[in-house]
Parts: sequence; structure tokens; C-alpha cells
Amino acid sequence: MRLASGGQIDRTQTIGFSFDGRQYEGFAGDTLASALVANRVRVVGRSFKYHRPRGVFTAGSEEPNALVTLGRAAAQDPNQRATMVELFEGLEARSQNRWPSLDFDLLALNDLAAPFLGAGFYYKTFMWPAAFWERLYEPFIRRAAGLGALSGKNNDAYHEKAFAHCDLLVIGAGPAGLMAALVAGRAGLDVILADEDSRPGGRLNAETIEVAGQPGADWAEDMVEALRAMDNVRIMTRTTVTGAYDGGTYGALERPAPDWAGHSDAPCACFWRIHAQRAILAAGALERPVAFRNNDRPGVMMAGALRAYVNRWAVSPGKAVTVFGNNDDAHRTVADLLAAGIHVAALIDSRPEATTDLPVRRYAGAQVTDAHGRGGLEAISIATMSGIDKIRTDCLAISGGWNPTLHLTCHTGRRPAWSPDLAAFVPCDGAVPGMITAGACAGDFSTHACLAAGVAAGKAVAKDLGKRARKTDLPRAEDAPYRIRPLWAVPGKGRAWLDFQNDVTVKDVKLAATENFTSVEHMKRYTTQGMAPDQGKNSNVNALAVLADATGRGIPETGTTTFRPPYVPVPIAAMGAGAQGKGFAPQRFTTSHAASVEMGAPMVEAGLWYRPGYFPRPGEKTWRQSCDREVGMVRQAVGVCDVSTLGKIDVQGPSAGAFLDMLYCNMFSTLKVGRTRYGLMLREDGHVMDDGTTARLGEDHFVMTTTTAAAGQVMKHMEFVHQALRPDLDVSFISVTEQWAQFAVAGPRSRELLNGLLDTPVDDDSFPFMGCGPVSVMGVQGRLFRISFSGEHAYEIAVPARFGDSLFRTLVARAEGMGGGAYGMEALNVLRIEKGFITHSEIHGRTTAFDIGMARMISAKKDCIGKAMAARPGLVSPGREQLVGLMPTGAVKQLTAGAHLFCLGEEAVRENDQGYITSVGFSPTLGHFLGLGFLKDGRARHGEEIRMVDHVRGVETTCKVVDPVVLDPEGGRARG
Amino acid sequence: MRIPCPICGNRDSREFDYMGHALTLDRPAPDAGLGAWDDYLHNRENPAGPTRDLWFHGLGCGAWLVVSRDTVTHEVFGAELARDVTGGRA
Repeated sequence: MRLASGGQIDRTQTIGFSFDGRQYEGFAGDTLASALVANRVRVVGRSFKYHRPRGVFTAGSEEPNALVTLGRAAAQDPNQRATMVELFEGLEARSQNRWPSLDFDLLALNDLAAPFLGAGFYYKTFMWPAAFWERLYEPFIRRAAGLGALSGKNNDAYHEKAFAHCDLLVIGAGPAGLMAALVAGRAGLDVILADEDSRPGGRLNAETIEVAGQPGADWAEDMVEALRAMDNVRIMTRTTVTGAYDGGTYGALERPAPDWAGHSDAPCACFWRIHAQRAILAAGALERPVAFRNNDRPGVMMAGALRAYVNRWAVSPGKAVTVFGNNDDAHRTVADLLAAGIHVAALIDSRPEATTDLPVRRYAGAQVTDAHGRGGLEAISIATMSGIDKIRTDCLAISGGWNPTLHLTCHTGRRPAWSPDLAAFVPCDGAVPGMITAGACAGDFSTHACLAAGVAAGKAVAKDLGKRARKTDLPRAEDAPYRIRPLWAVPGKGRAWLDFQNDVTVKDVKLAATENFTSVEHMKRYTTQGMAPDQGKNSNVNALAVLADATGRGIPETGTTTFRPPYVPVPIAAMGAGAQGKGFAPQRFTTSHAASVEMGAPMVEAGLWYRPGYFPRPGEKTWRQSCDREVGMVRQAVGVCDVSTLGKIDVQGPSAGAFLDMLYCNMFSTLKVGRTRYGLMLREDGHVMDDGTTARLGEDHFVMTTTTAAAGQVMKHMEFVHQALRPDLDVSFISVTEQWAQFAVAGPRSRELLNGLLDTPVDDDSFPFMGCGPVSVMGVQGRLFRISFSGEHAYEIAVPARFGDSLFRTLVARAEGMGGGAYGMEALNVLRIEKGFITHSEIHGRTTAFDIGMARMISAKKDCIGKAMAARPGLVSPGREQLVGLMPTGAVKQLTAGAHLFCLGEEAVRENDQGYITSVGFSPTLGHFLGLGFLKDGRARHGEEIRMVDHVRGVETTCKVVDPVVLDPEGGRARG
Repeated sequence: MRIPCPICGNRDSREFDYMGHALTLDRPAPDAGLGAWDDYLHNRENPAGPTRDLWFHGLGCGAWLVVSRDTVTHEVFGAELARDVTGGRA
């Protein structure tokens, strides 16, 4: 219920929201959790395994119970912690893991079956029969155990990612973080102060502590104002630093302010990568519970959280509150409750020496042994010196001490050290290079110590980065000692919860130890303790203390599992922001893209490029009809195809020829100006990397082409060869792929078509086969190459990219007037297979120049990349699979790429494998299928009949082995 | 991880491609024999500690770098241009 006064909420602003369909009201400044508490909603969820009713347990991002689903339909967002959701008008939240409703959950039967559902139950219970696991047991367990669910639909919700750089990242804006940022900011450092709360101040917002004579929250507000006035300090609220990575890189998740809810142009979350020279971790500490029977009842919550609800949000979860603790925070809680006018039924302190002046019924040296009330806490049992007492109470606050929030110090592999004084783990010095810790996360628990540590840390970083820190007055604050006597679990019968989110009890951990899962890592995996979305923030230390006790070891010997990023759950949508759908990979479009799409061509992906598959014409019903026509056009008239996607690299310099000699296995320094040559590029291990033509435009000027797929790889390789192996060569090169639009014009009428466009017509003398040079195309300076990938008399014409669209449309229109037209990838493929020209289907990384019949291209006169290893005995020996052509001869007239080859009469099994098919196409020129493939010693087997079996597609035929070049083996058509 | 590119400054490792140990700079002579070539291509130490390896600043200046770093602590000690390493030796 809401208290009559107090709190950091705006009572003038009422906000309506719904939970499980019921309408409620809260105030601006409320979280969903505080608003539910204000509205006396006690049960907010069902537990993971036993479906026990659960209530709000904490007031922060470590919340294990109050997980809700927000939003509807595709945007349904599960497992949101109600403690972190700021209230906004119209917020719709639903509880999870219950059916049919939160109040009446059929699977609560699991709770009665608890004796059979202990740690590792599914390893033992559902063993037999094996087939039942997949069909019955697993679906059942998945339905019964769980958290919220995604919608299963595509969610277009807008997420963002961003980058930031700073001298100093301060993580946490409590007293330590605020002072550190102030000192560093005044010293002139670029500071980012990140805090996961909507309101900086840390525990000061939740306590009644005074700083410098002011209420702590007011002091924090003044500090924030002072920091905001500095240009070099940036305060990021609602931003959880989720991970520490190598080299001063930090990940952070920023949530939007509630007034952005419902704005579709605002991101739902932003994932930050922050690069910081130094970081100060001032993340505070997390309070830990004590395990006792039924300690998971709604109404049981952390004492620090209760103080936050009372002091910050002015709500009380109960009318008669009891407080149970093993340290002085229990007393602080009672004092705050009394000050707020809330009735305190009892203070139970497990320390026998505990005393108090507070006007409250007090039990020293006593322990809570049970909590009663199925739908919510009604009473507790207390074991005292004189026996069991039962007290009526509807809210029990527990304080088992504080664990420093040192998670980020473990993210690069270091483990924390055990401090017996604090009965907690503390971070190791220098755990993350460049990061220091300050305040409660380093084990300094008093406000004074936090402020002092913040000043010291800020000064240290300033000095480290060569700045002078100005003198800073330390504000006055409490410096109470931290007195604790460890208490992890109250002995006794029944189930006492350690991990609330994954339903792991003291019994489960003891069972793990009994069954010899005594290593903390094994215990974690056997019981699933610490594996829920809260990653054991509430349970890790307690669980390993119980394990230590069960195995008779100390806590330091037992050790701890390590924390890994992220500190809080991060939506994949935020990490991958912008990468949904078309954002997944960049798209590269050629200059003929628009024209191709207008002509109805289906665009196919080629790496990042989009290329036309074929250009359908009226009456054509299948792609084959279009492809066959386009092949015919090229063979009989003229075809036009955009080849701009091939990598084009401009190579210049006095050593350009020598550099290409090193790069390619054949010779380029001897190429004459105005000529073009085919080149084969090897990897250093002797296998083929790439191929393409290179034109010599001037004495010191070459333009080389790469295949579309390998352009990036070849460029990187060239940079390596030049920078790392031959920096002595005076050569420069740059990719000009996107600067030039280039079109193949192929077919017997190609020259006729071009001469209609060229300002000076060409002939066999000016442009013989493999000739190249500058041309003027309707007044535009371009380049012409007489090269052919179709086997026809053909050219490639290049113009600056801005003229590409217009040139393509002109070429296609004129070709159509000559009985030709545009052709796409399908026809291009058939044309090259008819000629036995290879692509990356053949030079797929495991073939050599020898395999493809080009061993003689490796020049004996010079060194080149791959030359030494290409001569390895294994790469040139008999038995290697060599490139061949294939024609079907059997009843089935189809060849399929990927099919394997076997000798006639031999079984189609791996041991008898003779080779495989790499490329196939239907040749309309020849009227049957043609294939390229690799066959053992294939060059000597032309004419042989062989068996093709495609195990995947279930196709089988016989085929004849032929020379790869089926059409015009003499090459007369290209030369003529 | 951050790599101090001598040309671009300290940059995120995602701008770089990795290509193994810097031994790849020591290309044997063409006639060094199969053993030397086999070592050059295939045999590498797998050190737990300091190492020098090759990185390509493909999403930056296009420089090949020799980066000194520690495989255990992930500390990056520095980077130099492969061009300078090879050129200085020749």
C-alpha cells in the first residue's frame, strides 16, 4: 500500500497500467514493481519448476521472481523484470509460467511432486524408454518448466546500437561513482558516468542516510546537476554496463525513458560499445538472502529492497512487518520502517550478542525456521533459545549481508578472493587491465568509505592519465562499521530456497554433493543453480557456502564459478541492431539494376551483388525457355550482359609488371601495351586462388580483373604480397570495381552493334582478339577489351559508372533491333560450360593448375606465389582428379552438379568414387545437357563411358567423358 | 580488443582480419626445398604468452600489420607495418 507521504514520486501525475488484464494506477517515478506493491498485488509470478506463487523480492536488476511479459502480438517482450520497468501510461504487463491463471495454476501440482523433481531428476526419471524422451518427456518438461515466451513472429521493433569513446568510464552513480566522476571531470578528463537506474544516486535514493548534512538523495541530485554542467562529463542513466572486454572495451545496454514508450521512431533499447582508457567500477553491492523453509513465500523480500520501497517509492508491502538478519542492516531497516510509521512485529537477529535501542520486539540469537501462508505470507516460525515462537506477519525482510557487485572484474577471466571479515568475495586488484574498483563493490560498505574511495579513484585515474586533480572536500557521512556473522541456511526440514529463479533449494545442493558433484562447477550444472536470467546474483555465494559445508571444506577452497558477460540479459535485437532483414548484409547494385528489374529479370545474389538471372519475354513460361533463347541470341546474333561485378583493380608503377609476375603464375611483364592476357593466380600452397584477364593500357599501367566472388580476397592478397613480401616493388593499386560500368557484348554481330556507338569504328586491325584500349563511346571516354567468356566474337566495354545505366539501355535496345538482347547469369553459365571455361565451381580451393589442365601456364622463368608448392609430388601425381567434360548417354538425359562418378558396373559407394560434377547446363546449341567435373586421371579417359549417381537427388545416368571444350575447340569463333 | 594501427590509431579489432603468425613474412627462397616450404606454410607454434601475428586493416587503411600481443592476458603491446618489418630485413 502507498504511504501517506514521502518518496521520490510525483503524486500529481497518476499513471494507469494493467497487470493480467486488471487496471491499476501508480505515480510518475514508480516502477512496475513499486506500483504493484502499492496496489497490494502480492503474487506476481509462478516459479520456474514447482510453479509456486512468488512476489516481488528485490528492487533492482537482480530480481528473480517478478518477471513479466510486456507488449502484445509480434512485439511481445518476455522476462522483463518488473523492478526495472518504469511505469508509463497504458503499460500492459502479464504474468508468466502459469496456466490458466496466476491465481489458479494447474501445474502447481509440480509442487506436490517435489520429492521426485530434485536436482538432476530428468537424468534419472525419464531414462526409459529412450524414444519417449524426444516425443513425450522433453516437450512436457519444456511446457511445465519455463519463463516467458517470444511471439514466434517477426518483430520489427526498432533497436539501436552506438559507440562511445572516453578517457574514463565510471560504472555506477552511487556515492563512490559520483565522487569519482566529479574529481575526474574537474581534472579535465572526458568522463562517461553510466548507471542502470533511471535516477543516479545508488543506495542514497533508497536510504535515509544524510550526506553533507542533506538527505542523501538530495545530495545526489545536486551532484548530478554539478556534473551535467561540465561539458566533459556525460551522464548515461538507464544504462547497464553489461560486459568488460579486452583493450578497455565495454558493452552497455541503454533502456529508453518511459515517456518514449509507444513512439515507434524511438528505439526500444540501444546497445553501446564504449571504449575507455580507464574505468572505475563503482557498482555497489547486492544483498543476499538467508535460506530457510518456505523462504520463497510472497511477502518475503530483501531488507534493502524493502527500505527502497518505503523510502524511495513510499509504499509498504505489509502492515505488520518482521525483519530477519545477521548484520546491522536489519536494525537500519527497522528504524526506517518505524520512521515511516509502519508497524514492525519483530526483529529477529541471528547474532546472540545483538542489542538494540529501537522500540521493537526483539529476538537475539534466533532464526526464522518457516514461513506460512500459501498465497502469501501470513506468519513465521522462529527458533529461539526457549523453543519455537510463531508470529503473525504479512511481510518479512531478510538481510544475510552484502555481496560486492564485482561481476565485471571477472569478465576477462580473473576470479575474486574471499574476505573472511566481510564474509563475501571481493575483487582482485588489476583483474581487468585499466579498471579499478571503488566503494561497496570493493568491500567499502559505509557511505563515508564510498565517498572517500570515489575521490581516491578519481584522483588516481587523473594522475595516471597525466592530469592534476583539484582538491576536493570530502562530504560528511555515516561511517558505521559492517558487523556480520555469516548465516547461509537455517537448518531444518523442508525446502529452503537458494536460487529462486531456477527453483534450486538447499536440499538440491546437498544432493549434488552426496552424488559427488562436489566441484562448484559441477554442482552448478547438476542443479542449474545460477543459470537463470539472474545468473545467480541472489544465490551464488549462498549456494557455494552450502556446498562448502556439505563437503567439509571452507568457502575459499570450494571457490566460485566465474561471472561472464552480460551482467543483465541483453536482447539479441539490440546487439544486432540494424542487421534484421536487408540490414543483415550490404546490398551492391550494378548500374543496370533498375533497367534489369524493369525488364522483369529476377535478381539473384552473387556475394553482396545482385545480378539478373534471365530476362523473360512474353510467352516464356519457364526460366529454361528464356535461358535457351538468350544462349541462342549470343551464338547467332548479339547479347549484352553486365559484368561490372567482376573485381577491377587498377595497377600502376614502374614495377607493375614485375608485381603481376609475382602474383600470377604466368608472365605479365612481357605483355604488350594494348593487349590483354588471361592469368591464373595460385595460393602459396599451390592451389588455384582466382583467375581473370589483365589488360595493359600503358607501359606502367595495367587493369586486372578478378572473379566476382573473390574480389575482396584477391585485393587483400595483393596487399599482402606487396606490403609484406615485396615492399621493394614500386607499384600502387586500387580497386576501381565501382568506378567503371562494364558490359559484355558477345556474338557474331557484336562488332556491328558496337560500331554503331563508337565514335571511331573498330576492326580486326585496331582491336584484334585480346586487344584493348581507350575508345570514345558517343563522346564518353571509355575502354574496350576484346575478350570472350562465351567463345563468340565478343567485347567488354567499360564507361565511368555514371554512364552505365544509359549505355546498358542503349546497348540492349540496339541488340534487340539486331535479333539479340540482354542475357543473364543462366545463359552466361551455359555459354561458358559449352566452352569449358572455369568458375569458382571448378577452382573451389582444392584444385591445382595441374588439375584444370593449366600446369603449363606456370612460368619456368620466374618465381610466383604458389610455384614451389604447386610442384609438390602429391599435387602433380597420377590419380588426381582432372577437369573433364561430360555428356549424358543413358536413358536419363540429365546431369546434376554435385553428383559423383563411378566406373560402369561398380557399386556407387565412397570406396569406388572416381570424381564429381561441378557445373551443369542444358546446351540449346547441342540439344543436350553438358557438364564439367573432375575425374581421376580424366584427361586420359576421354571417350570412356562412366556412371553418374546423385545420391541426394536420386538421379542416375551414364555419361561420356569428353574434352572440357565441347564447342569450337579451335577458337575460331572468338578470333574471327 | 583494440589494435594500435600505426596509420589510423587505436582501432577496434573488428576492423581487422587475422592471418596467423608473422613467420609468414619469412618466405623461403624458391629452391629452399620442400621441408622449408612445408614449415613455412604449415608448422606453427601455439604459444601461451607473447606472440607476433599478422592483421590486415581491411576496414581501415588496408595496411598489413605485425601485432605483438599476449595470448594469455590478451594484452596488445604494439603494432608495426609489415612493410617496415620486411623492408628493414631486406
